[in-house]
Amino acid sequence: MSSAVRRRLDRLATVLLGLVAFSILGIVLGILGDIFLKGRRTVTWEFLTQIPLDGMTRGGVFPAIFGTVCIVVLMIMMALPLGVLAAIYMVEYAGQGRIARVIRAAVNNLAGVPSIVFGLFGLGFFVLFVGRNLDRVTGRDLLFGQPAMLWAAATLAVLVLPVVIVSTAEALMAVPRSLREAAFALGATRWQVVRGVVLPQAWSGILTGAILSVSRGAGETAPILFTGCAYYLPRLPVVRLTVPLLGIQVPMVNPLDQFMELSYHIFIMATQSHNTMLTRPIQYGTTLVLVGLTFTLNLVAILARRRLSRRVVKA
Amino acid sequence: MSDVQEQTAPEKILIRDLAFYYGSTKALSGVTMEILANRITAVIGPSGCGKSTLIKTINRIAEVSGDVRVEGDVRLDGRSIFARDVDLVDLRRRVGMVFQKPNPFPKSVYDNVAFGPRLHGIAKRSALDETVERALVQAALWKEVKDRLQQSAMELSGGQQQRLCIARVLAVDPEVILMDEPCSALDPTGTARIEETIQDLSSDYTIVIVTHNMQQAARVSHRTAFLLEGRLIEYDETERIFTNPSVPTTEDYITGRFG
Repeated sequence: MSSAVRRRLDRLATVLLGLVAFSILGIVLGILGDIFLKGRRTVTWEFLTQIPLDGMTRGGVFPAIFGTVCIVVLMIMMALPLGVLAAIYMVEYAGQGRIARVIRAAVNNLAGVPSIVFGLFGLGFFVLFVGRNLDRVTGRDLLFGQPAMLWAAATLAVLVLPVVIVSTAEALMAVPRSLREAAFALGATRWQVVRGVVLPQAWSGILTGAILSVSRGAGETAPILFTGCAYYLPRLPVVRLTVPLLGIQVPMVNPLDQFMELSYHIFIMATQSHNTMLTRPIQYGTTLVLVGLTFTLNLVAILARRRLSRRVVKA
Repeated sequence: MSDVQEQTAPEKILIRDLAFYYGSTKALSGVTMEILANRITAVIGPSGCGKSTLIKTINRIAEVSGDVRVEGDVRLDGRSIFARDVDLVDLRRRVGMVFQKPNPFPKSVYDNVAFGPRLHGIAKRSALDETVERALVQAALWKEVKDRLQQSAMELSGGQQQRLCIARVLAVDPEVILMDEPCSALDPTGTARIEETIQDLSSDYTIVIVTHNMQQAARVSHRTAFLLEGRLIEYDETERIFTNPSVPTTEDYITGRFG
C-alpha cells in the first residue's frame, strides 16, 4: 500500500471514529434537550409542590418526588452497609479461594438479572413471604404483608447491591498492598487493618458506588411495580408519632405505607391515563423532574466525595 | 566491626532447616542459621535469592500473600514461632519490619507513629505523646518533624518517610527489627542517615537487614549471610565474609563476578 493511500485511510478512520464518538454526545444532548424544552414550561413551583388534580390531568407531582426521595434514601440505607460488608469479606477475607470465586460469580449474575425479575422476586419474597409471615408471627391481620415502601426499597436494594459491591471491591483493591503489609507487620489484626488503613483510603471510591446505585435505583420502575408504589395516593406516606412524655406529635415517613414514585408516574401517565394526549405536558414535566432529581442527588454525592477525598489526602 | 564480644552475644533467633514455598515454587531450602541479640545481621545475595522471603518468615508476614507453605522451624528466644499457641499479633509486635519502599500511612506524622501503640490498646494522650516523641528521637527524625507532627506524612522526603517507618516500628517496643532493603529507594544522603540510625539502634535491638548493596552490608553489619537460589551459602562475621570468605561462590559474588 502506498503511503498516500495509508495516510488517506488513517484520515478516514479518524473522521469515522470521531463521528461515532460525537454521535453519542448528540444522542445524549438530543434526549436531554427534548426533555428540557418540552418539560420546562410545565415545571413550575406549583407543579413541584402540588398533588395531582382532576384525575391526574392537572396539578403537580409532589407526592411522587417525596416518594422517590424516601425510597432512594431507604434503599441506600439497606444496600450500602450490606454491599460494603460483602465487598470487605470478598476482598479482605475470602482471598482467591473457591468461596471467593463462587461469591464473585453470584454477584455478577445478580447484576445480569432483568429488573422485572427483581420486581416479582420482591413481591414473592418480601411482601408475600417475609411480610405475611411477620403478620402471622405478630398475630396481626394485615400490616406487613402488603406492598409498601419498605419492601419496594428492599427490592431496589437487592437490585443495586452488585453496583455497590463491585465498586466497593474495586476501591478496596486500589489500596496499596504495602500499606496493608505495614499494618500487619505492626501487629494489626485483619479487622484493624480494614478499619484503620483500608477503609479510610477507600471511602471516596465506595461513595462512587453509592452515587451509581442512587442513579440506578431512582430510575427503576419494574422492581417497585408490584412491591409498593401507588397509582394515585393523594396523601403523603407520613404518620404522626406521639413522643412519649412530651406529648408532641412528630411527622415521620411511614415505611409500611404505599407511595407515589416519579418513574412509575411517568409510566402510568403515558400508558394508563384516560387521556394520554392531555397529560403529555405532565409526562415531560415529570421526566424533567426525575432527571433533575437524579442529577441533583449525583451532584450532592460527588461534592461529598470530593470533600472526603480531599480530607483523606490531607489527613 | 567484629570484636571479642561477638562470641559472647546470646542467640536471639534460631532458624533451622527452613524451606519456603510460594505455591509450587521453592523460595528457600535448608536454611539454618542463628541470629545474635543486639547485633546487626546482613543478608546479601542476588535478586530473587530468597533473602526477602527469609526475613519475612521471621515475623510470618510472608504468609499474608496466601498460597504459601513453610517447613522447618524458626525459634525466637527458644520458642517456635510456628507453635499453635503463638499469637501473631504478639509476634509482630516483638518482631517489627521496615519495608523496601517507605510506606507511611496517608495520615499525619503523629498518627503514623501512634498507629502501633493504638493497635495495642494505648489510648491515653500523654502516654501516646511520650511514645511518639521517644520513637521519633530514636529514629533521628524528631528535630525535623517536631513542629509539624499534625502534617501529612506524605509531605516528608523519601528518607524522612523511611525514618518515620522506623519510628513507627520502634513505637511498639520490638525486640527484633527486620529491614527489607530499607535504602533501595533513597538517595545517598538519605541512605547515610538511615545507616547511622541503624547503627545507633543496634545496642538495644536485634537487627536483620536485607540489602543488595554489599558496601552497605560491609559498613553496617556485624555478621553477614550470603544467600543464593534459596540456599545459605556462607554465614560468618562480616569482616571475614568480605576479606576471606571460605566458599569460592561467596568470593565470586563479592568480587562482582556474578549477581
